[in-house]
Order: sequence, then structure tokens, then C-alpha cells
Amino acid sequence: MNYHWNWNIFFEPDPTGAGIYLDMLLSGLLVTIKTSLAAWVIALACGSIVGVLRTLPSKVAQWFGFAYVEFFRNMPILVQLFLWYFVLPELLPHQAGLWLKQLPNAAFYTAAIGVGLFMSARVAVQLQAGIGSLPRGQKMAATALGLTTAQVYAYVLLPMAFRIILPPLTSEFLATIKNTAVAITIGLLELTGEARSMQEFSFQVFEAFTAATVLYLLLNLVVVVLMRLLERAVAIPGYIAGR
Amino acid sequence: MFSNFDFDVIRRALPFLFLDGMKFTLTLTALSAFGGLVFGTLIALMRLSRSRSLALVAGLYVDLMRSLPLVLVIFWFYFLVPYIGQWLTGASRPIKVGAFESSLITFIMFEAAYFSEIMRAGIQSISKGQPAAAQALGLTYSQTMRYIVLPQAFRNMLPVLLTQTIVLFQDTSLVYVVSITDFLGAASIVGQRDGRLVEMYLFVAVVYFIISCSASLGVRRLQARLAVVR
Repeated sequence: MNYHWNWNIFFEPDPTGAGIYLDMLLSGLLVTIKTSLAAWVIALACGSIVGVLRTLPSKVAQWFGFAYVEFFRNMPILVQLFLWYFVLPELLPHQAGLWLKQLPNAAFYTAAIGVGLFMSARVAVQLQAGIGSLPRGQKMAATALGLTTAQVYAYVLLPMAFRIILPPLTSEFLATIKNTAVAITIGLLELTGEARSMQEFSFQVFEAFTAATVLYLLLNLVVVVLMRLLERAVAIPGYIAGR
Repeated sequence: MFSNFDFDVIRRALPFLFLDGMKFTLTLTALSAFGGLVFGTLIALMRLSRSRSLALVAGLYVDLMRSLPLVLVIFWFYFLVPYIGQWLTGASRPIKVGAFESSLITFIMFEAAYFSEIMRAGIQSISKGQPAAAQALGLTYSQTMRYIVLPQAFRNMLPVLLTQTIVLFQDTSLVYVVSITDFLGAASIVGQRDGRLVEMYLFVAVVYFIISCSASLGVRRLQARLAVVR
């Protein structure tokens, strides 16, 4: 192989002159973390609402939940990002579209919303399964005690369901982190994007991608460990996962 | 709202979109699904084998692939494949690899990790008595796998494998990051040339939606039929 390895490249000054290449990668990591967290908040919020809708007796609510999930699940994430980034501003009234296009940090917001909504469909399906796994008696008992539907969900069903689906939610959060890399296509300089530009400026392809790989693995590891701790803290007594 | 849009641009671009773009996307999906299934099954067998080292290597590979974003893996293979080719053929410089071959290798290697997990679950769902009975009849390990275990595992997991193939179909759009003309890439080229990105992206979204939706509907039907048979 006539590839010239140079592992010291990380400590050489980057093209902006402001820091070293390692700084570039770490700032990319920070963007990845920020985008993932923002997207995850959106995914959890929208996913919870839609997941609950899918379990309500109302036909309209069920239909809406079904349509929502099918809409976001049947288009590639990349196409969805393009719809948000390129198409939405043109469909809005002129002034609003202009404002959207001139928004500073537009790539970040687009990525957070796009990835967030894409993942929300999957969160909704998980939550629906979690609520479905609860014994029917819980909902009935809560209703018999005089709780309203909103109270049944808020105090009985959701606290149980969320704790049950914590392990699959961990995988969904990891998927959210991975999906933020797609935002490289709309110019977001997250970890993969920074590794790519480091490769373009320094020609050290494999060092740049190795570093990004290691950082992604570490990020995964941190998330998995934190979620294990959370799982243990909120485990339901009496279940296999509980004490 | 659509008054200043020109949807005729789509009609004019149809041959290019489908004969170049969609053909690439569908060929890549089909071949990667097949290759991914073959390699995935091998990896699953390695993970379940009695050899500790084989199981470890397979497990590490699957975990590595599953913790990385597909975009990063596409970049990795895009740059790595020429060097691997050089190493394999003993050439003096990194060999030139076509866009199709490069993305095919990427998706086979990436999907193999996901398919292997599905096949592993399928193999583990077969009752222990079956391989035991096969061995009692004098079948070798490879015969047991080929004639008894794998056909049943494959059949049980068919709906999941097909669902994963729909995900793969959507994921192939990510070859956009290395400027390959798949369906989305073709639409981008036309859209940028004619200044009609909005129309093109809307059309792409609709086409992807229709194909994925009807495919998942088909999978659901198949699942219902398999469930009755079992």
C-alpha cells in the first residue's frame, strides 16, 4: 500500500488557522450531540402524542396516528430533509419562505426537525406496543376509580409503558444519533461532515474517518451506559427487569 | 400555491429518472439484499458457532457496523475499496472502482450486519430437537444447516427480511453523498439544471412513498398468510 499514514495530522493546524484538526472533529462531535438531543426531544414529544392517539378508542385518532406513522416511515430520511430544507420555504407564503431561508443555523434546525419527526414515527410505534403490553385491567381499574381518560394515561398507563419500552427507546436514540449524519447533505458540519472536510483539506482519508469512527463508538458507549443506569433506576418492581 | 411551478419538467425527465436513476436504485437494492443475506447468514452462523474466536470476530463486526452512521460507512468504503482492490490484485496503485461496484460492496457489507441479526433470531427460533434429530440421522453440520435449519429460519423471518429490504431501498438514496446517480441523484441533477428542485423533490418523495407503502402492505399480507400456515 502506498498510502502515507500520518497520525500526527490531528495536531496540525486546520485550514482556518484557528485551531488543530482535532478541534474540528470535536466541534463536529458537539454539533452531533446537540442535533441528536434536539431531534430526540422532538421525537419523544411528537412520538408520545401519536403513540397515545394510536391506542385511543376514537377511530379518527387511530386513523390520524396511522397516517402520521406511514407518512414519515415510507420516505427516505434524506428525501425528508430535502423536503424540509428546499421545498418547504417555497410552499410557504413569500415572506415566511424568505424568513425561513435567511434563518441563521438553518441546517441545524432543519436537521433537528427532520430527524426528530422521522424518529417520532418509530417512537410512536414503540409506545403503542408498550401501552398494548399492559394488562387491560390497569386501564379498566383506573377508569373504575373515576379517572378521566387524560388522567388514566398520565398517571397509570404512560408511567408504566415508558419504563417498559426503555430498552427499545435506547436503540431509537442511538438511531437518532446516527441519522443526524444524513444532515451532511444540507451542509450541517456534524461529526461525519467535519471528518469529510478534514479529509478534503488534509488528504488523510483514513485517519479522519478512523477518528470519526472512534468518536461515534465512544458516544454510543456513553449513551448505552447512561441508559442502563436509567433503566436500573426506574425499573418496575415485580417485573423481570425490576428488583 | 403551485401557480409558479412547472410540473412539466417531471414529464420531460421521466426517461432519465426511471431508466437511469430508478434502475440503479432497484438493481442496487436487489443485489445488496441478496449479497447481504448471504453474508449475513454466514456471519450469523459464525456468531452461533462453537468456536469462540469466530463468534467474537462476527460479533465485533456486527456491533461496529451497527454503531456507525451509514453515511460514514459509505465514505469509508468509497475510499477504502480502491486500496483493498490494490492489495488483492497486487497492483502498483489503488485500482479504479466504478460507482456501482463501490456502492454495491458498501451496502452488502453494511446490510450483512443487520441481516445477520435477523437470521440469528431465525436460527435461534428453531427448536433444539430439529438439529439434534438431524444429527441422529447422520447428517453433517453443513447438511443440517442447509436442509433443516436455514430453510425454516428463512421462512420464519421472511417478513422481517423483506421489511429490512424496504429500509435498504430507502437507504440507498444516501449514495447521494458520493454523487452517484441513483433515483434521488438523477432528480437532483435535473432539478439543479432546470432550477426546478422543488418539483423534482416533491415527485421523488411521492414515488418513494408509493413504492415503500405498497411494499410494506405486501409484506403485511404475506405475514398474515404465513401466520395462518404455521
